[in-house]
Amino acid sequence: MAQTKEELFDAKIPEGPLQEKWDNHKNSLKLLNPNNKKKHHVIVVGTGLAGASASASLAELGYNVTAFCIQDSARRAHSIAAQGGINAAKNYQNDGDNIWRLFYDTIKGGDYRSREANVYRLAQVSNNIIDQCVAQGVPFAREYGGTLANRSFGGAQVSRTFYARGQTGQQLLLGAYSAMMRQVEKGKIKMIPRQEMLDLVMVDDLARGIITRDLETGEIQRHAADAVLLCTGGYGNIYYLSTNAKNTNASAAWRCHKRGAMFSNPCFTQIHPTCIPVSGEYQSKLTLMSESLRNDGRVWVPKKAGDDRHPSDIPDDERDYYLERKYPSFGNLVPRDVASRNAKYVCDEGRGVGPTKMAVYLDFRDAIKEQGLDTISGKYGNLFDMYEKITGENPYEVPMRIYPAVHYTMGGLWVDYNLMSNLPGLFVLGEANFSDHGANRLGASALMQGLADGYFVIPYTLGDYIARNDIKPVSTDTPEFDQAEKEVRERISRLLDNKGNKTVLDFHRELGKLMWDYVGMSRNKEGLEEVIGKIRDLREEFWKDVYVPGENETFNKYLEYAYRVADYMELGEVMARDALDREESCGGHFREEYQTEDGEALRNDEEYNFVSCWEYKGEGEKHDIHREPLEFEYVTPTQRSYK
Amino acid sequence: MSDQQMTIHLKVWRQKGPNSKGELVDYTMDDVNPHMSFLEMFDWLNEKLMKQGEEPIEFDHDCREGICGSCNMMINGQAHGPQKATAACQLHMRQFSDGDTIYVEPWRAKAFPIIKDLVVDRSAFDRIVEAGGYVSVNTGGAVDANAQLIPKKEADIAFDYATCIGCGACVAACPNSSASLFTGAKIAQFAHLPQGEPERKERARAMVDQMKEEGFGDCSNFAECEAVCPKEISITAIAEMRREYVKSLFD
Ligand SMILES: Cc1cc2nc3c(=O)[nH]c(=O)nc-3n(C[C@H](O)[C@H](O)[C@H](O)COP(=O)(O)OP(=O)(O)OC[C@H]3O[C@@H](n4cnc5c(N)ncnc54)[C@H](O)[C@@H]3O)c2cc1C
Repeated sequence: MAQTKEELFDAKIPEGPLQEKWDNHKNSLKLLNPNNKKKHHVIVVGTGLAGASASASLAELGYNVTAFCIQDSARRAHSIAAQGGINAAKNYQNDGDNIWRLFYDTIKGGDYRSREANVYRLAQVSNNIIDQCVAQGVPFAREYGGTLANRSFGGAQVSRTFYARGQTGQQLLLGAYSAMMRQVEKGKIKMIPRQEMLDLVMVDDLARGIITRDLETGEIQRHAADAVLLCTGGYGNIYYLSTNAKNTNASAAWRCHKRGAMFSNPCFTQIHPTCIPVSGEYQSKLTLMSESLRNDGRVWVPKKAGDDRHPSDIPDDERDYYLERKYPSFGNLVPRDVASRNAKYVCDEGRGVGPTKMAVYLDFRDAIKEQGLDTISGKYGNLFDMYEKITGENPYEVPMRIYPAVHYTMGGLWVDYNLMSNLPGLFVLGEANFSDHGANRLGASALMQGLADGYFVIPYTLGDYIARNDIKPVSTDTPEFDQAEKEVRERISRLLDNKGNKTVLDFHRELGKLMWDYVGMSRNKEGLEEVIGKIRDLREEFWKDVYVPGENETFNKYLEYAYRVADYMELGEVMARDALDREESCGGHFREEYQTEDGEALRNDEEYNFVSCWEYKGEGEKHDIHREPLEFEYVTPTQRSYK
Repeated sequence: MSDQQMTIHLKVWRQKGPNSKGELVDYTMDDVNPHMSFLEMFDWLNEKLMKQGEEPIEFDHDCREGICGSCNMMINGQAHGPQKATAACQLHMRQFSDGDTIYVEPWRAKAFPIIKDLVVDRSAFDRIVEAGGYVSVNTGGAVDANAQLIPKKEADIAFDYATCIGCGACVAACPNSSASLFTGAKIAQFAHLPQGEPERKERARAMVDQMKEEGFGDCSNFAECEAVCPKEISITAIAEMRREYVKSLFD
């Protein structure tokens, strides 16, 4: 049943013209009749947009679903924090949008490192998502006439982003969560919150179950099913400081990886340019300030390094509006990766501002002068308030200080067109998979992808898998479950018994700094080679010297934290290896050796037009790399320029 | 803004497990930076406790942006602390003064049993939603999103109610431990949307009944819930809920 290497790289892209692939595919998928669905049981790990939408949709079809999440309620998944909006090709604004354009913008935004067929399907189902959410009662922003409102977002020339004030993720997730709760009430979903997946169980080469830990009591449990859907989000938290919620983690995906699932493009990380900068050592996370602020704010630093004057005492001719200077046609509105990198450069030159010198100004002085205070507060009032709450400074009077922060991970577990990993029966949805964003994700497209996967893709492809493989129930009383549980218990005991001298947070902060310095906004061969050794050393030290308090049989957040950081210690190395292997710059992956004369990312389509797939080879062993070639039949990869 | 370090005296509720007896324990922090968030101060304190071989304080948290609704601390007797429209994770230490004593306790309500220290069980909220906090539509087959126009004014009212983060501050602040603001907000959101219309009566009845069954108290119009709500949800939600409930009884 296990796939051969050749089959692995068969992404199972359907035949036919791009526009017809998904429909053709749906026609060829095997169906399970409703009575049969009732006999099948699916595990869904994670209840963010991807997991909640999948759980609800599958339960509606008749499957029996058991869903798990870390938080005390499904509604608190990290998706809740998304602010800006969700894209769809509705063309309600009559500004020339269509499915093709959304497809094209997304694939170009990803710097031509994703599959045409996947991205096209995403654009196709985008419209259904909006319809579905509205039907659930999601209160999107509306115009006075009662129609839905749109805004524009980076990387697009049309207005296609649907939003619910600055709380789009919250409203979409509550929609999906309520659909889930309806099925809980009907008995079709068993929702188990505060329950963390700690391993995947393979039986006869099929994904058949998981081992979990009850986060209240420490009880280790076994759960079996006919398929496992991993919807566990991204791994941006590996950098310690990021815009991600504190409990986001790579562990579920990493456990699957260690059971044989390929990890793809791990080095593709998105760094968002406008976040509130670090204020001190105690800092625990970074807060995003919407990228819409760059429509009116001007980015600058002093021309002179070490200029400590108050910003208002620095005259205009001693300020460097470096984005406007370097990119006269796009100015402050260059894409996320370009804006981020340039902020780093000026800070590296010693021209950063604020107490830590790791920030640049985002100044609204001129916008307020030109448009008036009321207009600016009308546009950005809630963001200005949030900024003031966090920093204690009033951005109407003093320029905001911003700095880039890790925001999203494009990499993830490899999946085929059906969203199935190379392990049969293990499906991966949402940010946890690598699939649709290539080397850079456009704003407002992660929400779209999570819901596309859960509402409109998996309900079709899962049935086909179950129908074709004639999956029969398994018991949790098998050697495979015994072994997986034993390994989980040993790992927990090892952490608890260690009683070292450094806390998990000490280690996480150190790892985060390595990742940020060497595998962050800008990377080079020498640094990457060096950091691999450093990560290995830190990992060794972690297992020798980490201190984990308390015991297993109780609520113990630092124990959870410990096993998550332990996994980051391994993932970090693979991210560095991937960045080292990819000798080109593309999207969020910037290799200093590969840039244009203007300092822009220089792709190498001849040699690096592929998805990297990393294979786990055993504890402490070097990973193997495989490559899924990408083909562009419908779009022609071009070099970006924002001059 | 002063960067002077502050000394803060904390009195924190410690309770080993659901059935243990809890008590307030004193901690003094002499290096609190005014720019720290309230939860960062707890991270900092926990680091110190662990380095002294003591057990860290357990508290729920996740997004730290005031939207996931995980954090739940009674700070000096106020749910989420002194700053208006601010969840504990967004509260910063500059709101306090050098030398202050701060009491930190979990939400207290019969329907929110304590799990450990400041962590409580809020699953009752999920069960209230399960009873009817949804529109019964299956995935697929929805009509075009613009097929039904909704006046902006109604959509905005619905949105204001929909912003609830489910943190439970309303329950914690209420002398009766009522969940009326939480329940009312969901009922009112759907009462202002055409999508909510078909199940309007069943929803109101089922959610209110479930709320009672979970052991939450009645509302006596103290309005403490509105005062502490980090999303500033208005108690008009409760009036709407009552109206919807009464209407649901006479059909
Ligand atoms: C501040 C911020 C703003 C954003 N704004 C936007 C935006 O405007 N538009 C946009 O398109 N995107 C935005 N994004 C990105 C987007 O929010 C995420 O990519 C997306 O929500 C991820 O959804 P998900 O369902 O894949 O995972 P998540 O929402 O991260 O959910 C993961 C789930 O898995 C569970 N889980 C994890 N590990 C385990 C385990 N081991 N066992 C059990 N359960 C587990 C968690 O409990 C959770 O339920 C933003 C991101 C951030 C950080």
